[in-house]
Amino acid sequence: MRADDFLYPTDAGLYCAPGDFFIDPVRPVPRALITHGHGDHARAGHGTVMATRETLDIMAIRYGEDFCATRQAADGPAQVGGVRVSFHPAGHILGSAQIRLACDGGPVFVVSGDYCRTPNPVCQPWEPVPCDVFVTEATFGLPVFRHPEPAAETARLLASMAEFPGRPHLIGAYALGKAQRVIALLRAAGYDRPIHLHGAVQRLTDYHAEQGIEMGCLRPATQPREIEGQVVIAPPSAFASPWVQRFRDPVICFASGWMAVRARARQRGVELPLVISDHVDWPQLTRTLAELRPEQVWVTHGAEEGLVRWCELNGLHARPLRLVGYEDEAE
Amino acid sequence: MRQFAALLERLAFTPSRNAKLQILQHYLERTPDPDRGYAFAALTGDLKLRAVTPGLLRGLAAERFDEVLFSLSHDFVGDLAETIALIWEGEPGGDLPLVDAVRLLETTGKTGLPAAIAGVLDRLAPSERLAFLKLATGNLRIGLSARLARTALAQMGGPTLAEIEEIWHGLTPPFPELFAWIEGGPRPERASLAPFRPMMLSTPTDLDELRALDPADHVAEWKWDGIRVQAVSDGGVRRLYSRTGEDVSPAFPDVIEAMNFDGALDGELIVRRDGGVASFNDLQQRLNRKGVSRALLSSHPAGLRIYDLLIWQGRDLRALPLTQRRAVLEAADFGSDRIDVSALLPFDSWDDLAALRADPPEPVIEGVMIKRRDAPYVGGRPRGPWFKWKRDPRVVDAVLMYAQRGHGKRSGFYSDFTFGLWDGEALVPVGKAYFGFTDEELRELDRFVRNNTTERFGPVRAVAPKLVVEVAFEGVNRSTRHRSGVAMRFPRVSRIRWDKPAAEADRLTTLAAMIDAPNVFAAEAARAGVRHGRKKRGGAGDDGDVPGARAAPEAAGASRPLDGAGAPSTPAGYLDKEE
Repeated sequence: MRADDFLYPTDAGLYCAPGDFFIDPVRPVPRALITHGHGDHARAGHGTVMATRETLDIMAIRYGEDFCATRQAADGPAQVGGVRVSFHPAGHILGSAQIRLACDGGPVFVVSGDYCRTPNPVCQPWEPVPCDVFVTEATFGLPVFRHPEPAAETARLLASMAEFPGRPHLIGAYALGKAQRVIALLRAAGYDRPIHLHGAVQRLTDYHAEQGIEMGCLRPATQPREIEGQVVIAPPSAFASPWVQRFRDPVICFASGWMAVRARARQRGVELPLVISDHVDWPQLTRTLAELRPEQVWVTHGAEEGLVRWCELNGLHARPLRLVGYEDEAE
Repeated sequence: MRQFAALLERLAFTPSRNAKLQILQHYLERTPDPDRGYAFAALTGDLKLRAVTPGLLRGLAAERFDEVLFSLSHDFVGDLAETIALIWEGEPGGDLPLVDAVRLLETTGKTGLPAAIAGVLDRLAPSERLAFLKLATGNLRIGLSARLARTALAQMGGPTLAEIEEIWHGLTPPFPELFAWIEGGPRPERASLAPFRPMMLSTPTDLDELRALDPADHVAEWKWDGIRVQAVSDGGVRRLYSRTGEDVSPAFPDVIEAMNFDGALDGELIVRRDGGVASFNDLQQRLNRKGVSRALLSSHPAGLRIYDLLIWQGRDLRALPLTQRRAVLEAADFGSDRIDVSALLPFDSWDDLAALRADPPEPVIEGVMIKRRDAPYVGGRPRGPWFKWKRDPRVVDAVLMYAQRGHGKRSGFYSDFTFGLWDGEALVPVGKAYFGFTDEELRELDRFVRNNTTERFGPVRAVAPKLVVEVAFEGVNRSTRHRSGVAMRFPRVSRIRWDKPAAEADRLTTLAAMIDAPNVFAAEAARAGVRHGRKKRGGAGDDGDVPGARAAPEAAGASRPLDGAGAPSTPAGYLDKEE
């Protein structure tokens, strides 16, 4: 079977014909395989959803217990329609997975979802899965993206907190994954004071703690006058809302791979940009392709032009899928 | 280089003045000589290095990177130096002392420069690469004036800002004797002639306050709308300083040439035309230039109108009472018709002076100055001996069009407002204002913006044209940079007209008619009983001592309401006029 007949983009998302299922569909479908719990990949309203146990839990937290008709936890290799399916850690967020697809006489696919190869205390590390067609993101698919060591960014945050001990540091971080990673990084750096959370971050952070990930002492950020620590974590959207007005002279921080580019940080009015990303940067992305050497590279979303150009220069066959509905901004 | 890079990065993203000062002070306290001196010189613009051109940088990139990938990256990042700093694949080794980077840029010849720069980039980490390239291109862009940098020095507990500024122009990077002085060592020998001496500044007043004073103890003169300067000619060295101690000589060779005297004068820098004083807008054409064309020298001839003498022919007059200094001033020969003396105004009572103030003979007069006859010349802003009694601000009723989120204490509040006037059926943006309202009014404005947003552009929101604000300003100039064709000076919100329908706001023609018009408003006000200047309100005072108060192109950046750069940029220090 030709690769293009096995898996191809549709309006609802990437469709696997022999298995009759979609991967990370953007519209309700009868059967969906979900790589990870971020809102642009994991949506409510499908019939049967197959995902890792953590991703199913996260979807239930976000959308309610009735987010789909039937849940199917990915636990070892499985058969879906005529396709052998297995989930492998992607190193992006808690529960994130790459999905390997294979059927007799056809090529082996790995749909990587979003992935990252930097060690991350909140999830299992990415693992290489040999394949014929590697379906990759390219969020940071330009050679200017070389993310620094996360510990160096935490050190900058702690230095700023020492420089301005009287100012609360409000860190914008996406509620799922990034927020918990920032907490874990601070804990790893020895910061043991309470960390205050915006309401939108609370439930998902509690879930991480329930899974045995050390989050330390957490407090709500409802009473700014009673803030014991100096760190408040909130989704970036909170900074545009009146919520932020309760803090006196805050230092606005933002944890995102985009913060490597000054204009991006300025546009958001960020005072302390923290380059902490849950995606592969350019060196990781290109190293992954060089190591896997798949016959074909399919690029789902992001800066696909840059990555396709690199593949061209390095003798790999690559094509952009131009999938819609995934947020390049999601970080 | 590591600490210098961290410093630049923090300064570039920190909007608050006090936070900038703190960051810089900490850096200077923790960094050894000579690195801190070179860093300081880079911030104050006193580090003269061979300028690395964008062409050289592009050449470096072309040698190392695929053209397509580099071009895609440059498009995304926007800034050439930043693109190279980010894309470069180095193997960061040990730290490179700033002094070594400076020496390399000073001593490497033109042909060896590209290889030398590539060699440095190879051993630095990304943010250090950017700092190095910014140093090499001479374009730091961090929104910190030289004066603010020197203020950080003064906060280190040694000499005051005035003391530092007095000797500043005699110092050269990396300033070892300056730092030694700050840390308790001896004051550096006066290395240069023609030093800057701290200038005497005035405080605002009004008729009520004046009534408590005896007019007979005071003299008065016009307050000219130019740039307050100190003109020093000393042993053949001639310098023109702004009131903040910036050396502005290079932009005014005609004035320098005319300074055929020996002394230090306090006066107003003006452009003369047709026997009178041209508008501030004309003077502005001469500002911020490294060189001046012959055509501009002849179309915009600059001169001085002298208020006071500090030093005259070797004699320091500052301790003498004003009347004695004035006597020397009136008898002095300045040897050029570009320099004349500010005349005293005849008045017996404050009402006499109020009448003069209400009807000045030239439109570029922005009020009157009132000075005690017996006062010595004291640097700084002592309260009492000198007053400025400015003409009443002009006002227009404008419609709120855009709002941008503020920083620091105003985080989360829509606090920077762009407003417009009617031109036919359309609103044309005419200016921006950041203050003039109370904290309570700010909350109300914030609520209004959130409830009436029609479009969002990053941190900027467009709002439905419903709210009228009374905008006060000091003057209005013709401007080719703004769509409206006019630029207000020092605009601020003076009242929020919740009651007034937007359709009844003023028209653009009303504002345009105020360009260089005689101050009819002040005249009306004098007849109707004098209006009081507003007291300090909101985030900043309205007496003009706000960085960037000279609102010209930036604050009135009306044609760019979508500029996401954030904080209002601060024009060069000496544009911060108001004396």
